Amino acid sequence: MVSENLVKDVVTEPYKYGFVTDIETEKISKGLNEDTIRLISEKKEEPQYLLNFRINAFRKWQKMEEPNWADLGYKKIDYQDIIYYSAPKQKEKISSLDEVDPKLLETFDKLGIPLTEQKKLTNVAVDAVFDSVSIATTFRKELAEHGVIFCSISEAVKDYSNLIEKYLGSVVPSNDNYFAALNSAVFSDGSFVYIPKGVKCPMDLSSYFRINSGDSGQFERTLIIAEESSSVSYLEGCTAPMFDTNTLHAAVVELIALDDASIKYSTVQNWYAGNEEGVGGIFNFVTKRGKCLGKRSKISWSQVETGSAITWKYPSCILLGEESVGEFYSVALTNNLQQADTGTKMIHIGPRTKSTIVSKGISAGNSINSYRGLVKMGSKASGSRNYSQCDSMLIGDQAAANTFPYIQSQQPNSEIEHEASTCRISEDQLFYLQSRGIEFEEAVSMMVSGFCRDVFNQLPMEFAAEADKLLALKLEGSVG
Amino acid sequence: MQSKTKELDPILEVNNLFASIENLPILKGVTISVNPGEIHAIMGRNGCGKSTLSKIIAGHPSYKITKGEIKFTGNDIQSLEPEERAQSGIFLGFQYPIEIPGVSNLEFLRVATNARRKFLNKEELDTFDFEDLVKEKLDLVKMDSAFLSRSINQGFSGGEKKRNEILQMALLEPKIAILDETDSGLDIDALRVVASGIKKISNEQTGIILITHYQRLLDEIQPDYVHVMADGQIIKTGESDLALELEKNGYEWTDNFIKEQ
Repeated sequence: MVSENLVKDVVTEPYKYGFVTDIETEKISKGLNEDTIRLISEKKEEPQYLLNFRINAFRKWQKMEEPNWADLGYKKIDYQDIIYYSAPKQKEKISSLDEVDPKLLETFDKLGIPLTEQKKLTNVAVDAVFDSVSIATTFRKELAEHGVIFCSISEAVKDYSNLIEKYLGSVVPSNDNYFAALNSAVFSDGSFVYIPKGVKCPMDLSSYFRINSGDSGQFERTLIIAEESSSVSYLEGCTAPMFDTNTLHAAVVELIALDDASIKYSTVQNWYAGNEEGVGGIFNFVTKRGKCLGKRSKISWSQVETGSAITWKYPSCILLGEESVGEFYSVALTNNLQQADTGTKMIHIGPRTKSTIVSKGISAGNSINSYRGLVKMGSKASGSRNYSQCDSMLIGDQAAANTFPYIQSQQPNSEIEHEASTCRISEDQLFYLQSRGIEFEEAVSMMVSGFCRDVFNQLPMEFAAEADKLLALKLEGSVG
Repeated sequence: MQSKTKELDPILEVNNLFASIENLPILKGVTISVNPGEIHAIMGRNGCGKSTLSKIIAGHPSYKITKGEIKFTGNDIQSLEPEERAQSGIFLGFQYPIEIPGVSNLEFLRVATNARRKFLNKEELDTFDFEDLVKEKLDLVKMDSAFLSRSINQGFSGGEKKRNEILQMALLEPKIAILDETDSGLDIDALRVVASGIKKISNEQTGIILITHYQRLLDEIQPDYVHVMADGQIIKTGESDLALELEKNGYEWTDNFIKEQ
């Protein structure tokens, strides 16, 4: 193709967030056993019940097998070769942002997430997580005035222990799956959100996860509880430096929505994906699940997955409360040698529950992109409905797209609809746009944006623009 | 070839052009020169190389030029990308405009118009100014503004697609427009609308190449020159009466001409 040189130029464009922050860190030694877990728990001054939770999870994990049903090709992970706790060295107790190491503030500045009072984003409260610990959470006072709790999960363990004890592991049990069990044993930090009864959270809440060390895993844990008639929109972003080794990221996210509550959870995942030869990159094995516990409650997942060497994640909804609603909107883009196996599970238990799934997979280069989803209608889910739409777009002739929809129904009075399509960006479509003066790269990005529009419409506004840009950047040079 | 305006340099010169697709030769020595203000018609049987010629001028990547040259305003354009050719003022009206789902027609027209404006050192238009401009141009082709909010050519009838092509031409104000069977699939009313649109857009500065099978478009737009193409070559050039002759006698003689060669 004529644009070959251009293509080469942009492929070599470096990952924008690939820098490493040179900071002194406190790391425990590599390896995992019960002592490691006791050490982590001790460092975090945790209560006994939490240590028990961790130890139980660890014992279960030891008896479990790493899953291979997703047929992802990767070198076996040596779990003894990972550091399970890594934190930038700071003063013991930090009472204000002024005491945070300027290097850390600078890092988040560089990532476009300024934390200081003068520069912080005006409409979003941010919890910034660096390796194993939360660095800072903005707007805490303002949120507290509304009774909203937004802090790191470590702080929540200390300050809101009753909530943690009640809800932690209530959506994703510690033995749910291999990676969730691992996370339950060694999780270090993450965000905690509590929206009290009747409160509409006055601003979007956001967590930004940054992996900095090359040899430590990140195991964050997020818990969001929305009480009756409350609502919240939560955003999550992730980046990591470029290392030629693979870093393990195994997170667990649990959402709980009570009567008439609604939680919207949006992710833009841009972990380092490895280079063109598939060297390096994050292994992203994540368990995200929401429980619509209350009547008429609603949980909506939207995700834009562009990074990671391997993505394995299925943000799901358990629709317990009658007339509760689950949604999943996803764009997954893979390029070069990336592999993504992502989708959702919609478990309809309560009557008249509804779920919508819209998944857009884009595969370029030599990548593999699979949608894997389960829709289950339980025996009491009468009058429940699901609509699923799974579209794949192929760019080039070396990429692969798969769709694995699993459907189980034990309730004759329920409806499940599934639509799927696959398309390819054709040379003639590109030529048409080019012949009107539109640059090759922009032509590709226009077509991809068009393909993803249904999902982008679901993202919070600032996020949608970012996602659009991110996709364009990721795709540069992918059509040859 | 004779020129009405000898003092002007040609906009487009195709010299002894040979081209092939997947090693199959399609063009076998085409020469044509278009001066500002001229309208040329290229006629010939299906498969004679008319569409290939137009796509090669626009820079379609599937074709390989094996010999000869294409000059646009005096410069060889072979090394230019299709978008660079378009920005500098070459327009191809497609015989079969392709559908592009998900991409809004309005957005597409705006990005394309601004790419051309940028090249001309004109200010790029924001959404509001562009809407004013596009509404004015819609009248030229009697299109409804509802077309703008749809995806590019998606679900358009044959006639609507062709009008959309002319709308693009009106917005891009090209130096040379090559219109590949713009008349095919149009009823007589739509043909008149499209023809009058083309006439309004063109002026003494622009050149037009009409690729067509039929006299009826040429009744609406009088060509200065008519070229007959067969087997990848222009085998005869005349004035507008040549088209009438073809209408009467058909293309059979062109086959004999090639055989004799």
